[in-house]
Amino acid sequence: MKFSIQVSEGPYNHEASVTAINFVKAAVEAGHEIFRVFFYHDGVNNGTRYTTPPQDDINIQKTWSELAEAHNIDLVVCVAAAQRRGIVDEGEQQRNKKDGNNIAPGFRISGLGQLIEAGIEADRLVVFGD
Amino acid sequence: MSDAKKFMYINRKAPYGTVYAWESLEVVLIGAAFDQEVSLAFVDDGVYQLMKGQDTTEVGIKNFSPTYSALGDYDVNKIYIEKESLEARGLTLDDLQHLVWEDEDEDWAEKDSIRVVTSAELAELFDTQDVVLSF
Repeated sequence: MKFSIQVSEGPYNHEASVTAINFVKAAVEAGHEIFRVFFYHDGVNNGTRYTTPPQDDINIQKTWSELAEAHNIDLVVCVAAAQRRGIVDEGEQQRNKKDGNNIAPGFRISGLGQLIEAGIEADRLVVFGD
Repeated sequence: MSDAKKFMYINRKAPYGTVYAWESLEVVLIGAAFDQEVSLAFVDDGVYQLMKGQDTTEVGIKNFSPTYSALGDYDVNKIYIEKESLEARGLTLDDLQHLVWEDEDEDWAEKDSIRVVTSAELAELFDTQDVVLSF
């Protein structure tokens, strides 16, 4: 089956992102395809490489990046939500004249249309949130 | 249109206090460009999103409630309000904005977009959807 995932919460306040990671891992192991993971609301905060949790804690951003690389998973951060919350890639840095960027490996910033497309293209869209 | 999917947006939260209501509306407006069959449901505190006469001046947060009246122009005209959620909050349809759309097939006759449905009817509606987005 082809799944799309929406992650609506940031990495540590809520369990949603970790639960989504567990779901994605289980789906991939069972032979399913992940069409896209779309990060919305505070979920965009999963996509900053400046995350530095204590060593005995899970590094949620890094886990997403590793999942993306290992299984070629499309991780998309909503641009409107990202702009509000300071998640920046090189394109956004130039466009909005910021002094740096913080997007994590494997993540890309794009529009809300990517979420709608994820719903259209997948057999199931699963929302992880509050 | 034959391959259009049925999209249902479930709005569960109060309009202010968290950003879910406003960012849900942003998805609905963007999604309208994709020619899918769109429905909106308002349940729990989500029914407050459609309250008439919202004024956020004192809280310093953007009042986005006028945007709901534009939904009809985006062909978003299936808006379901859960009856039990309204009643639990002492609200009636008269407390909500009057949302309408113009029916192209009937000489642009103005029709109501809002339907009040029971939770049981809503459950049946959810069951017929292809994509359910929960906010």
